[in-house]
Amino acid sequence: MKLIIKNLKAGTGGQEILKGVNLQIRPGEIHVLMGPNGSGKSTLAQVIAGHPSYKVDGGQLTVDGKDIGKLTPDKRARVGIFLGFQHPVEVPGVSVFNMLRRAKQAIGSSTTSRVLPRKALPPSQSVSGLTEIPSSAVPPSASPAKGHNLSRFRQELLEYASSLKLGEDFLRRSLNEGFSGGEKKRNEILQMMALAPKLVILDEIDSGLDIDGLKVVASAIEQFIAHSPQSSVILITHYARILKYLKPDFVHVMVDGKIVKSGKMNLAKKIEERGYNAWQTV
Amino acid sequence: MANGVVVPNEYQYGFSKPENYVFKSRKGLDRSVVEQISSMKSESEWMRGFRLRALEIFFGKKMPVWGADLSTINFDDIYYYIKPTDSQKKSWSDLPKEIKDTYDAIGIPEAEKKFLAGVTAQYESESVYHSFQKQWEDKGVIFLDMDSGLRQYPDLVKQYFGRAIPPADNKFASLNSAVWSGGSFVYVPPGVSVDIPLQAYFRINAANMGQFERTLIIVDEGAYVHYVEGCTAPVYTTDSLHAAVVEIFVKKGARCRYTTIQNWSANVYNLVTKRAFVEEEGTMEWVDGNIGSKITMKYPSCYLVGRGARGEVLSLALAGSGQHQDAGGKLMFLAPDTSGEIISKSVSHSGGQTSYRGLVKVIKNAERVKCNVRCDALILDELSRSDTYPTMQVAEDNVRIGHEASVSRIDAEQLFYLMSRGLSEIEATSLIVNGFIEPIVKELPLEYAVELNRLIQLNMEGAVG
Repeated sequence: MKLIIKNLKAGTGGQEILKGVNLQIRPGEIHVLMGPNGSGKSTLAQVIAGHPSYKVDGGQLTVDGKDIGKLTPDKRARVGIFLGFQHPVEVPGVSVFNMLRRAKQAIGSSTTSRVLPRKALPPSQSVSGLTEIPSSAVPPSASPAKGHNLSRFRQELLEYASSLKLGEDFLRRSLNEGFSGGEKKRNEILQMMALAPKLVILDEIDSGLDIDGLKVVASAIEQFIAHSPQSSVILITHYARILKYLKPDFVHVMVDGKIVKSGKMNLAKKIEERGYNAWQTV
Repeated sequence: MANGVVVPNEYQYGFSKPENYVFKSRKGLDRSVVEQISSMKSESEWMRGFRLRALEIFFGKKMPVWGADLSTINFDDIYYYIKPTDSQKKSWSDLPKEIKDTYDAIGIPEAEKKFLAGVTAQYESESVYHSFQKQWEDKGVIFLDMDSGLRQYPDLVKQYFGRAIPPADNKFASLNSAVWSGGSFVYVPPGVSVDIPLQAYFRINAANMGQFERTLIIVDEGAYVHYVEGCTAPVYTTDSLHAAVVEIFVKKGARCRYTTIQNWSANVYNLVTKRAFVEEEGTMEWVDGNIGSKITMKYPSCYLVGRGARGEVLSLALAGSGQHQDAGGKLMFLAPDTSGEIISKSVSHSGGQTSYRGLVKVIKNAERVKCNVRCDALILDELSRSDTYPTMQVAEDNVRIGHEASVSRIDAEQLFYLMSRGLSEIEATSLIVNGFIEPIVKELPLEYAVELNRLIQLNMEGAVG
């Protein structure tokens, strides 16, 4: 997916956080976004995903030539944007599987399988999945999404979970509730793999992971990239350590709401050695 | 105005059928109406006397004013007894077409085939259909409509009828005691475990109808039964009244689960008294789902009278526009080593109102009681409200009692998280709501869980956007 960010300005509560961000991401590229705390990296991620708390005051966000600035978060997800959260939100009583199955239905019907326009589905379809109910128990009229596809999807998820070293019962657990820091991050990656997005933004996916967790997550991202060569990735991170495993095409430094420097891998190395002082005005 | 007008509505069961009834009492209530009901049922002098005494108590009692607003109930504008068919049928196909069509639309014959041990279907005042698998009958299990129960087992019924909930208990219990008709009579002999549910289905069809079923369940020592009830009605401009009484006796070491999916149309006053007496080591579980009705006042209770008895109330309430769900539960700890739990989850939206009302009472010398109360309310918009009225009366020191309560709104971060995965605002909201009530929904039979989730989604579509 091609994402173009032009002079993007955004803020919340009257405070301007993004002060004119320019960034261009072409299909298949991996970009790393680094910067000190409070520089606006997470805000940029949330604004791209459409968080309603941020007000966009200027500039443009286009995906494959189409302006997405006015789209609600769900519509952006259906376009193929995925945000891996820095702090994933707990949703009690909603299992990982149930959420993903509904998300897959929502996204799948608008992106991958265009044969089933979403509006044409009977409203009952999405309802059957509200709690985890075996497909056999759902009356036929309520589940045009065939049980066959559902069990295949479950199988797929189980494979992803196992590649992330998450147990079989993981899919049944309530979303992020009682998860360890590492489980939360792996769960974000699990969702990325399941939803097969075209633009992935991973906000500090490496924080809260021990070294084994980091390896597992990095290798899952690697695999994802290998399987989806047209998908683009933005990695937001404080540390260069994840870059031992993932080779970015570009590295950007963000300071005070702007991208102040772009370069290649050696920029990340420089930052690790010297910090951000060179770009900080104060 | 003789009849209410049927109102077009999104409520799925809001249709009504023509009235081709065998008998319909005149509107209003007095001694002659009660005598007429009793004589049509050819009851004994004992029951006739019971009814008439209860009627006097009803006239003598004031309307309760401590809960939901009942001031608009007009007792003179209600039909107290309607007999829809000349006899109870054992096959769906024998029912009059309009009644059969009703149950087909609700899906009862389908459910019976799939997962029920027995079904009784009450239409207006009488049970019109009844079936019960022979294997349970052979084991001595009794499952009848209450009128047949009284005729066939008068001594057993007399021993328990009105003993858990005497007519003087409250105004609506006295009203029910005076004019009751239908309901279920269940007896499970010692040691018999009825491992698939018995279901009762209650349907009000006529406008201005009063339905007053009476259920009595006796679970003998070491036995088990799960009884499920469902309720629907047409949507009329005028109100209907449903005032049931349910009495349950759980003997030593026995267990009873009573599940309700109440989905009355939003013009029904649902004022129900439910109480269980639980003996030594027995367990009573109320799973009480209130989705429909205009006003519900219902607090299923457990009187834990034997050492080690346990009582649970799982209460779920959903209130939309024009609805007030005043629900909760009561646990009375009257013996040592008893334990219990009340879990209440309520959701109010589109101007709806939910109230949790609960009582926990521990008498002196009921040592080592353990009790946990948790009530959570979710309010979806500024128009809606929720209130909590917990009462604790604890006269014994050696007890462990916990109480937690929370009131919350849909969290904007949860909504964004789910929407960022592709779910629309409605889908995300109903997923959050369903997650909120999941601790109770998971206790429902699968078929009801599916139905409940569908209802929530429909309600959310009205509530959001």
